[in-house]
Amino acid sequence: MKNFKRAVLAASVSVVAMASAAAADVKVAFIDPLSGPFGPSGDAAFTSYKLAFEHLNANGGLNGEQVELTGYDNKVSPKESLVQLQKAIDSGAKYIFQGNGSSVAAAIIDAVNKHNARNPGDEVLFLNYAAVTPAFTNEACSFWHFRFDAHADMKMNAITDWIGTRDDIKKVYLIGQDYIFGEAVAAAASSQLAEKTPNVEIVGNELHPLGKVKDFTPYIQKIQSSGADAVITGNWGQDMTLLVKAAADSGLKIPFLTFYGGSLGAVAALGEGSIDTLYQVSEGITNIDAGEEQNKLIEEYKERFPDYDYYYHRAFVAVDMLAAAAEKAGSTDVIPVAKALEGLTVEGAYGPVTMRAEDHQAQQNLYISTVSNDVKYGVDNIELGWKLVDNGTIEAASAEEPTTCKMERPE
Amino acid sequence: METIVFSLLNGTIYGLLLFMLSSGLTLIFSMMGVLNFAHASFYMLGAYFAYTIMGVTNFWLALFLAPILAGVIGMGVEKWGLRKVHANGHVAELLFTFGLAYLIDEIVKIIWGRVSVNYQVPDSLNFTLFTIYGSDYPAYRIFILFVAIFMLVSLWYLLKKTRVGLIIQAALSHPHMVGHLGHNVPLVFMGVFGAGCALAGLAGVIGGNYFITDPAMAVQMGPIVFVVVVVGGLGSLEGAFIAAMLIGLLQTSAVSVNASFADIFGFLGLSATSEVGSITISSLAPMLPFLLLVLILIVKPTGLMGDREV
Repeated sequence: MKNFKRAVLAASVSVVAMASAAAADVKVAFIDPLSGPFGPSGDAAFTSYKLAFEHLNANGGLNGEQVELTGYDNKVSPKESLVQLQKAIDSGAKYIFQGNGSSVAAAIIDAVNKHNARNPGDEVLFLNYAAVTPAFTNEACSFWHFRFDAHADMKMNAITDWIGTRDDIKKVYLIGQDYIFGEAVAAAASSQLAEKTPNVEIVGNELHPLGKVKDFTPYIQKIQSSGADAVITGNWGQDMTLLVKAAADSGLKIPFLTFYGGSLGAVAALGEGSIDTLYQVSEGITNIDAGEEQNKLIEEYKERFPDYDYYYHRAFVAVDMLAAAAEKAGSTDVIPVAKALEGLTVEGAYGPVTMRAEDHQAQQNLYISTVSNDVKYGVDNIELGWKLVDNGTIEAASAEEPTTCKMERPE
Repeated sequence: METIVFSLLNGTIYGLLLFMLSSGLTLIFSMMGVLNFAHASFYMLGAYFAYTIMGVTNFWLALFLAPILAGVIGMGVEKWGLRKVHANGHVAELLFTFGLAYLIDEIVKIIWGRVSVNYQVPDSLNFTLFTIYGSDYPAYRIFILFVAIFMLVSLWYLLKKTRVGLIIQAALSHPHMVGHLGHNVPLVFMGVFGAGCALAGLAGVIGGNYFITDPAMAVQMGPIVFVVVVVGGLGSLEGAFIAAMLIGLLQTSAVSVNASFADIFGFLGLSATSEVGSITISSLAPMLPFLLLVLILIVKPTGLMGDREV
């Protein structure tokens, strides 16, 4: 009886193993929060990748091979992410997508570097679509890491340039999340403001715990009593939504210059109050007319995933670039693809995107947008949506930042 | 001055919410001698019930129905769960409530999803009540204040001035004697457990849209509630009230303090650029309740008003 059970078990295990081997040729892992306070941020990106890979598979796949995408919930914890990364690698994933949380990205870069050094011939590649701490493509750069989002210094440049054009902003308040990314944003803002607009005063520089604050009212009241004319924040996910919700409740009506004002629910929380007060810097917005094909994609995304809006444009760009690199390399193996990605340019819907070979930082146009009620595509299932501000386009060439990266490449 | 006013207002509201949560827990503790680990889960259930009930009817109905529902579930848990486990001693009870907390967490995730639900403040309360120092003050916050005070007064009246309260108090300390006098002690226990859970549910109804309603709210609120109960003294309602207000005020006012360690201990030679010197008081706010807990346990292990050791 015991032997029989064992035989059944062995048979079923081998069936499972065969089934999964036959189902897909290239395995791709998506490691990000799929539950908890940052669940919507991760899920919105996961659904974007889902759609992008579906399109890719329908159009012949990654250099002719079908791609299987699997989501792993890391709860934005670096520790948990490493467990999930190991799970993904064990199941045969070659490409790892992650973005939410620079603390997580730092851990994954480190783990991927170690894994690749110890397992030659079995390398994995980390494709970072949203963790924007500048160090990852500067002093901590790695051959195994590619970033598809503009980093904090690049985005902050767009914001500080914009502040320079506004004569009414004399006092700025910085608020961010208390971890490596929030610190990077605050550092970029203080140094750039000091350099470009010496007459603008920083009246507050505050870091709050990541994802723990439920009521931002005390922070908002602090901003109000500081007499600030504008707020700069790198907050994302729930921290973004609750911050502006508290601002709306307390009647704080000054510009919020954000990286991630597009976080789910932020516009809905502010309502009409978000018009000309909520600003964001992003690599694309749905209301820039980018042609019929892009509109069809935006509409298809909304139809498939009505809870979210087309926001992670860079997810689609990343998949396009991966596909182009695999084709160029004539392979889906990690090292040839990584080498093909270096210096690669693809034509995105909102302008060309080039992966700089020096540091693996994508160079692309950035757009400053604010909320308007006169738009084609609304967000959060209301009429309001993102609209480009005047002179809000920053061409890739002017958004570019120098790098200190000294990369070590495999033979 | 404005900082003090804001901190007092926000701190009082947060403190009252905390008390609403911990009063039930401390009542249950004094009755059964066991900390109910699932207590914050009833807070979460209250918020989710209110969200669902509000979806089909309105907020006012939810305000009454959701706590009752949470209370009924609490009574069921006591009658068919805890009472059976009780025979096996305190450890079994503790493990039971611990498991229950996880169970409720998972059930909530299955029914309402893993991300937050859009539980909004009702339109009739969604307006600015007054403006102080250039900052709007939402009416809903004041509403919370009134609900909490109303609940506080009713609880006090029920326990101290009515016959029911007399029996409950007697049953808490001398259950056998009360039983011999002809009262149905198990029924009293079930009622107290249910009432405690209903109070947590009520806190959930009014706290869920003040903060945010998501499956993590129980896990995040749980530790703070235990801190309140232990600091106040296990089983002491007055202590829980003082501790809740203390923690509410401490946590909210710490956020508005800009000073860093260097500003305070600068005379000892701590520089503002050093690792320790650059820590600000406001960034320590989430840690303060636990610091208080540790200090109280060292200085007065029975808590502020309690009479038994933890």
